[in-house]
Amino acid sequence: MRTSLDKAEKGNSVKITGLPEGETAAQLIRLGITVGRTVKCLDRLPGGTVILQNRRQEIAIGQRLAENISVVI
Amino acid sequence: MKNDRIISRLEGKSSSGADEYQKAAKVALAGNPNVGKSLFFNHFSGMYADVSNFPGTTVSVSSAKYKNYEIFDTPGIYGVSSFNEEERVAKKVIVNGDIILNIVNGFKLERDLFLTLQLIEMGKKVTLIVNFWDEIKRRNIFLDVEKLSELLGIEVITTSAVTKEGFDKLDYAIENAREGKIDDEVLSLIEKTVKKTGDKTDAVLILEGDSETAEKHGLEPGTPNDREMIYIGRRNRISEIIDQTERENTPKAEFANKLGRLALNPLTGIPILLVILTAVYFFIGDFVSQRVVNFTEIKIGKELFEYNVKSFVAGYAAAEVTVEIPGAERTDEKTFLFPKGMNARPDLKSEFETFSSKPDAVLHFQFNNPFVEIVFGEFGVVTMSITYLFFLLLPLVMGFYFVMALLEDSGYLPRLSTMLDKSLSRIGLNGKAIIPILLGFGCITMANITTRILGTNRERTIVTAILQFAIPCSAQLAVIAAMLSGLGAVPILIYITTMFILFVSLSTILDKLIPGESSPLLIDLPTMALPRMKNVLQKTWFRSYGFMREAGSWFVVGSLAVGIFKISGLLTAWQNLLEPVTVNWLKLPKEAANAFIMGIVRRDFGAAGLFDMNLTPEQVTVALITITVFVPCIASFVVMLKERGWKEGMTVWAGTWIAAFLVGGIVAQIII
Ligand SMILES: Nc1nc2c(ncn2[C@@H]2O[C@H](COP(=O)(O)OP(=O)(O)OP(=O)(O)O)[C@@H](O)[C@H]2O)c(=O)[nH]1
Ligand SMILES: [Mg+2]
Repeated sequence: MRTSLDKAEKGNSVKITGLPEGETAAQLIRLGITVGRTVKCLDRLPGGTVILQNRRQEIAIGQRLAENISVVI
Repeated sequence: MKNDRIISRLEGKSSSGADEYQKAAKVALAGNPNVGKSLFFNHFSGMYADVSNFPGTTVSVSSAKYKNYEIFDTPGIYGVSSFNEEERVAKKVIVNGDIILNIVNGFKLERDLFLTLQLIEMGKKVTLIVNFWDEIKRRNIFLDVEKLSELLGIEVITTSAVTKEGFDKLDYAIENAREGKIDDEVLSLIEKTVKKTGDKTDAVLILEGDSETAEKHGLEPGTPNDREMIYIGRRNRISEIIDQTERENTPKAEFANKLGRLALNPLTGIPILLVILTAVYFFIGDFVSQRVVNFTEIKIGKELFEYNVKSFVAGYAAAEVTVEIPGAERTDEKTFLFPKGMNARPDLKSEFETFSSKPDAVLHFQFNNPFVEIVFGEFGVVTMSITYLFFLLLPLVMGFYFVMALLEDSGYLPRLSTMLDKSLSRIGLNGKAIIPILLGFGCITMANITTRILGTNRERTIVTAILQFAIPCSAQLAVIAAMLSGLGAVPILIYITTMFILFVSLSTILDKLIPGESSPLLIDLPTMALPRMKNVLQKTWFRSYGFMREAGSWFVVGSLAVGIFKISGLLTAWQNLLEPVTVNWLKLPKEAANAFIMGIVRRDFGAAGLFDMNLTPEQVTVALITITVFVPCIASFVVMLKERGWKEGMTVWAGTWIAAFLVGGIVAQIII
């Protein structure tokens, strides 16, 4: 299903298909979140903040950023 | 200030002592946040730079001499660029460094190699230090170090910085740093720009869109799209490297990590936060501020230290000593007169000693000579300030620093940031803001600099203001804890609620006033770890030492100033000037105005000025609220001006005057 990252549920495997423009994209790529990569959604907090696991790394992404990242669940 | 000096020395601009430094090769410790750089720096320098388990501990550059080298500690970065202040600071050191020790967390190698490849592509001489080797072994991760070295074209050594395992190879690492292998594709991409700039470092930065560097060469910086292309290429090469070098057996979730995950979700995270806060409350509010301080202040400070100093002085100086012995029915009281000092009357002295040797005896020394009274008397500069500084403030401040160090080392803070992100984004911030704010409870001055980790200028402005207005620092908290303890729960609740309302309204107002919006949260969560006692104690010790050194000298300045004010009559004039505000509006005695003078110098002195006044619990509450909101200490003010510019700094400073009297007054009108 194509959607945005903030819709991911706990336990989902999500494949990144699109990042927002500009500096944010640069920051995400540096952290290892690139288009084509599959990551695990460890949790989705009530406010929409998403916790991702990329290999051994855990990354928290705020709702306003997550809604701009397109994924396939 | 110190930072500017280090940076200009890096760029070769410095004049004094420059020769010596020019010869020494500059070795930069570079790496992602929280990989252990500062532990390495401490090893090289023999000094102590803060080490904590959250990204963004180091936010400025330190340097030290080591053998023939000059070593630089830098803020952690995920890549060389200028996205925020931390990165700009680190970039300068890296660009000007001769040798780079690139420290990586071997446990998160894939993340960290991004910076490694960038450094290599920039043509820097690099050695890779794979740290956290203990974690890699413990978790059965296999890493082919030789293959890694071959693929990158540089030396790779492995270390475990907490046990200093592998540190014997550090000299080798520095001596054998070299330029690594650069992919042909990258070489052809940067070729044209290298011809114009003369070196790869600037060329790579320009192609990645760094406008500062581009300007230097009069070139156009690359577009965000160019940068993205370069970044993706780098990430792809990393995936290949990782595939060839790393193997992992299915990882098992560890207890610490599970706890870390529970701390993120409000459902479980709020109870965890409450447990932590309760523990802190009992530790500071009950154990330290009652038991420990009662012992240090009364037993050591008053009964041992002051008694001995005063009776020694009374041996030679004219004195009047009143001894009270409280009994069940009536208090026995006796006054001994020594017009020529105790030693002149051995008979009376021994009578006095027998009388005052009863267990509950309370002694009052009164010296006839005003000078002796000022130095050694009831409020004497020597007697009172030493008791106050060493036996009241110090134990409390150490208690706070200890708690902060535990929290900093556990990896909990970034998780708290994440949990609070949604709430903070309603008031114009994001979760990251909680880190400088919490550090503010330790020291506002330091926290002002830590705002560099925030994504936008707007957030830095808001958090800096919050720090000066609504956050009491550890020294001030120490006095507040001492004054509020024993008054029951109501004053504490009023104090906390008022500060909380101020915090939220201030942030909301600034959010409305300042154009733009806060950056969304993006945090790399560190692994949860049991705090290492050695580091916790070391940090507590160094911070307490620094605190005493600074507070001690300012205390003398502050009490001297008040002394001069008193003698010259300015103090009375000031009290009279503020009387309408202090007495009518804040409903405090007019002498409370003294606290504001002291408060301008240091915040805890402001509160200390109230300590010896006879106030009702309600007045204590109002006075403490007013003095908390009141101006930041001089040190913090100076740093704020430097970090935020004089216009913003002055506005905040003036604002705290207004807010202090406004908020304090409103509370006074309601509760008194
Ligand atoms: N287990 C283990 N922990 C380590 C090792 N090296 C560092 N640490 C821990 O990692 C954390 C970060 O150490 P720092 O020295 O503050 O890291 P830094 O790179 O200076 O961090 P920033 O200043 O935030 O960029 C601390 O909690 C250390 O105890 C290691 O080799 N093994
Ligand atoms: Mg550091």
